[in-house]
Formats: sequence, C-alpha cells, structure tokens
Amino acid sequence: MTTSPAVAEASRSQLRAAEIRGMVTKVKTQVGDRVFFILCAVAAVLIVLVIAGLIFQLVVSSQDTIHRFGFGFLSSKEWDPVNEQYGAATFLYGTIVSSLLGLAMALPLSLGIAIFLVEVSGQTMRTVLSFLVETLAAIPSIVYGVWGVFVMVPFLQQHVTGPLSRALGSAFPLFAGPVVGPNMFAASCILIVMILPIITSISRDVMLAIPMSQREAALALGSTKWEAIMIVVANARWGILGAVILGLGRALGETMAVTLVIGNSPQISASLFQPGYTMASVIANEFNEATTSTYVSALIEVGLVLLLTTFVVNTLARLLVWSVSRKKVAGGRQ
Amino acid sequence: MSQRRVQFKQSVITRRNLVNRLMIGLSGLCVVLALIPLALILFYTVREGISALNLEFFTRLPKPVGEAGGGMANAIVGTLIMMGMSAVIAVPIGLLCGVYLAEYGNNTFSSVVRFLTEVMSGLPSIIIGIFAYALVVKPMGRFSAYAGAVALAVLMVPTITKTTEELLKLVPLTLREAGLALGAPRWIVNTRIVIAAAAKGIITAVMLAIARAAGETAPLLFTALNNRFWHTSLDQPIASLPVQIYTYATSPYDDWHAQAWAGATVLIVIVFVLSVVVRLVSGGKFTVQQ
Repeated sequence: MTTSPAVAEASRSQLRAAEIRGMVTKVKTQVGDRVFFILCAVAAVLIVLVIAGLIFQLVVSSQDTIHRFGFGFLSSKEWDPVNEQYGAATFLYGTIVSSLLGLAMALPLSLGIAIFLVEVSGQTMRTVLSFLVETLAAIPSIVYGVWGVFVMVPFLQQHVTGPLSRALGSAFPLFAGPVVGPNMFAASCILIVMILPIITSISRDVMLAIPMSQREAALALGSTKWEAIMIVVANARWGILGAVILGLGRALGETMAVTLVIGNSPQISASLFQPGYTMASVIANEFNEATTSTYVSALIEVGLVLLLTTFVVNTLARLLVWSVSRKKVAGGRQ
Repeated sequence: MSQRRVQFKQSVITRRNLVNRLMIGLSGLCVVLALIPLALILFYTVREGISALNLEFFTRLPKPVGEAGGGMANAIVGTLIMMGMSAVIAVPIGLLCGVYLAEYGNNTFSSVVRFLTEVMSGLPSIIIGIFAYALVVKPMGRFSAYAGAVALAVLMVPTITKTTEELLKLVPLTLREAGLALGAPRWIVNTRIVIAAAAKGIITAVMLAIARAAGETAPLLFTALNNRFWHTSLDQPIASLPVQIYTYATSPYDDWHAQAWAGATVLIVIVFVLSVVVRLVSGGKFTVQQ
C-alpha cells in the first residue's frame, strides 16, 4: 500500500515547516547568544582599554618633563614651580616613609585582631567584631582627614609627639622638634586606621582556612593555646604577607586623609615630627593651581611614578597570593 | 637531682602558661585599640556635626565667609546626581564584564582581564582623577559633572566585576544544565537563571560600590571641581559633598569648620545607609571592604 500523493505532500510540507521553524529558532538562539557574548566581551575589552588608556594618557601628558629631566626627576629634591625646576624625591620619600611607618604599626595590631577573631572569640563575637572592624573601611577618607586634622593632630601634639620630642629630641634626630601639628607621624597614624581593616580581614580569612587538625595536633603534643596559634600563623604566613602588601598598596595611594594631616611641605627631614609631602597629596593640592604646561606635566609625571609604584606593589601581592594557592593545590594532591 | 628537674619543668610550664595568657590578652587589647578610633571618629563627627546641622544645611546654598548660616544643599544634590550618573555607566560594564569572566572566562584573555580588574581596584583614586581629567575635561575644555561621573565609574567597575564573577561562580552548574536541557539558549540561561539566582548579592555589591564612590574626594578635585551655586547643566562644574567638606576643612574659618563637620556627618550617614545597612540585610555575607 502506498500513501496517496496528497498525504505525502502534506507530511512533507509539515516536515519542512518544522525544519524552517527549527532553523528560525536556531538562528534566533544564535543571534541572541552572539549578541550577549559580544556585549560581555566588549565590557571586558573596555577594562583593558581603560587601563591601557590610563597608562598611555599619563605617559603622553608627562612627556614634557620626562624629556626635560629624565631620571633626575626621581632623585632631585627641588620642586620650584616659579623657576620651572621639578624633582619628585621629596614626595617619593614622604610617600614611602609614611606608608612603611603606618604599615609597621598596623601589622602587629591587625595580626592581633585576626588572632583574636579566629582563635579566641566565638562565632557571634567574631561576626560582630569583624563587622565593626570592617566599618572602619566604610568611613570615607575625607572624614578621616577632618577628624585627623581637628581631633587627632592636636591630641598627638599635646600628648604624644610634643612630650616625646622634648624628652628624646636632642638625643635622637628621629624625634627632633620643634613639633609642628601636621607631620609625617600624624599621617602614619591615620594610615594605621585606614589599612587595618584590609590586613585584618584577609589575615582572618587565611587563618580560618588553616585546617583544625593543625591546632589539634599542636594541642595534643602539649603545646599551650598560644603555641598552637603560632603554628597557625606560621602556616598562614604567605597569605598574611599578601595582605600586608595589599595594605601597603592602599597606604601608598591614600590621598585625602594624608593630605590633611601631613603638613604638605616639600622637604626631607630626619625627624618624623616634621611636615612632609606625598605624591598623592602634591597632585591633590597643586593640580588645579598648575598654571604652566610644564607644571601640569610634572604633576602628571608624579602621578605616573605613583601609578608604577602601586602597580608593582599590587602585582607582587597578587603573584604571592597566586603562588600560595597553587602550592596549596599541590599540597592537596600529595 | 630528679626533684630539681621537676622544679625546672614546672617553671618552664608556668612560664609558657604565662606567655599564653599574656599574648592572648594582648590580642584582645588589639581589638580594643582598633575600636577606639572607630568610636572616636563616629563620636566626634556626630557631636560636632549635630550642632551645625539644621534645616538650612539641607536647603540653602553656602554663604560667603563671615556670614552665618548657609548650607550645602547644592553639594548634597551634586553628590546624588554624580552617584546616579556613575552607577548608570559602571553597573552595565561591571556586570557584563563579571558575566564574561564567570561564564566565558576560560581563556588567556580573561586571565588578563581578571588581573587588570585587580590592578584597577588597587589604583590610587587620585590617578583616576588625572585619567578622567585627560579623558573628559581636556577635550571638553571645562570641568563638568560628566567628568566627575566618569571618574567615579572607573572607581566602581572593578568592585562590581569582581563580586559579580565570584557570585556567578557560586551558582550551581545544575541550574545552567537544567535551563539548557529545557532548550533555553545560553543567553537566556545567563540572564534569566544565573544572574537572577545571584541578583540579591549583585545588588548588594552594586550598593557597596556606590557607597564607596559617594565618599571619594580625590577623583572629583579636578574633574567635577566645585561650585558655590546650583549647577545649571551637567557640563558645568558641580559641587559635591566630599569636595565641599575638603574646601571647608582646609579653610581658616571656624564657621566653615563647623560646616565641614556637618557635611562629614551627612556623608557618613549616606555611606552607612548604603553600605552597612545593606550588609546587615544581606546577612553579613558581604564585606564593606573596598
């Protein structure tokens, strides 16, 4: 029995209709997928373009001083807009010293907090305290600056830097007076509070990830709780180092709070109680006042130096964290 | 002899116990030390700010030096406008880039993008200001709200991208497979299923990014500049709360210092409402870390 031509025709046309429908939805799907993918990819390319554009802009806009002063820009202490002499050494010094000093004071504090959060406090207390410490990171930098200049600086001058300088200033140039209100030490103090949350929270997460068995093993061998904690810290050391370097990156680029309390005076002084100037501050303060193109170019070159410094520091932290996580995978396989 | 050894051991154990107590006590002290500045900053800001806060502060323009009163109405509005504008620029870019990294991100290019996002989030905000200056202010020939918004957007994108990627990676693979098995094309799966599943977290991340941008001063100094009056259009310099606070705090006048404190109080309230409250609502899962 053969099917009638009419039936065959009908089924064939039905088939074709289904085929066409299928093709249409397939095309629609493909178009939708492609459009969505392209949108996402464009956004990703934009990120690359922004970073590339940023570096390009800074390099191009500072050509003038790059050619005029060369590497001498980094070593010259002279910053004299009137005579068109520019050198960034004082700002480099101020940025590095204030950041490192702040970091040195913030590290033990952050580590102590992380230890308390992970090893001493219970779950509820940890949540509450973590929340409070991270609230420090939510306060805008300008508010730190206002508080720093009106409350902290006078307090430090009266109760910390003043007496210290009177007692030790003649013996140690590090504490030499006369103490000026806004100074390098004040900038470091405000930086402590500002980088403490990031170091604390990363150290806390790294320490939380250390297996419980490490602590149990130490305690079972008769160590005290503190000795067990030290084993945890030793195991978390690379992650903690990464946290510290990220904190350093944050400190190097901090602008407003530091600008308000560091005194903004381009000088290199052996004493911590004298005013200083940082790369970020000089840009914030003088960019709008820069009248000549050379002046603008010099400020942008300072920005370029700052960018490269933070870039190197952050990349270092990143690589450190990457190498640690890779090592962990290797350890897990054994 | 054996008694002496026992005594020696005893003293070592006592010493170790003492160190144990001392160091654990010290770690508690560290927590207290960190909370003191937090308490002091909030206390002083609110105490000094409250006395200068009144209806005038929210409704009036700044007064010239020497005249009492005046407010920061234009700066508050300016900050809100620039927050909105920068969110409009940054949210789509940050979100789509996060989707790219999470859903299509198994290649070298996305590793590069991931790294650059990391670099971007570590950029000093003042550098972003210079970038926006060169990108928008110079070609336009004047400071403008647009330039400020671009600067803030550059600041917000990496936070949104990173969190979106992390959140999307938490969405179980089975949800995607179920969607694809039902015949949904990939982009529908991504938008309607994966992003929808992570929507709550993404909204939190966006709010945190906006909160962070709201308090930024450095990128606005030479992009949006400042304005003592109401802005007439968005291609004009515009006042913002942080820049206004900075201007007042660095001035030598007591009146203006009081206004700076009041501005700081308002800024803290805006930022906290956006970040801390959002964090509480989302169950403490997201940090206010930058």
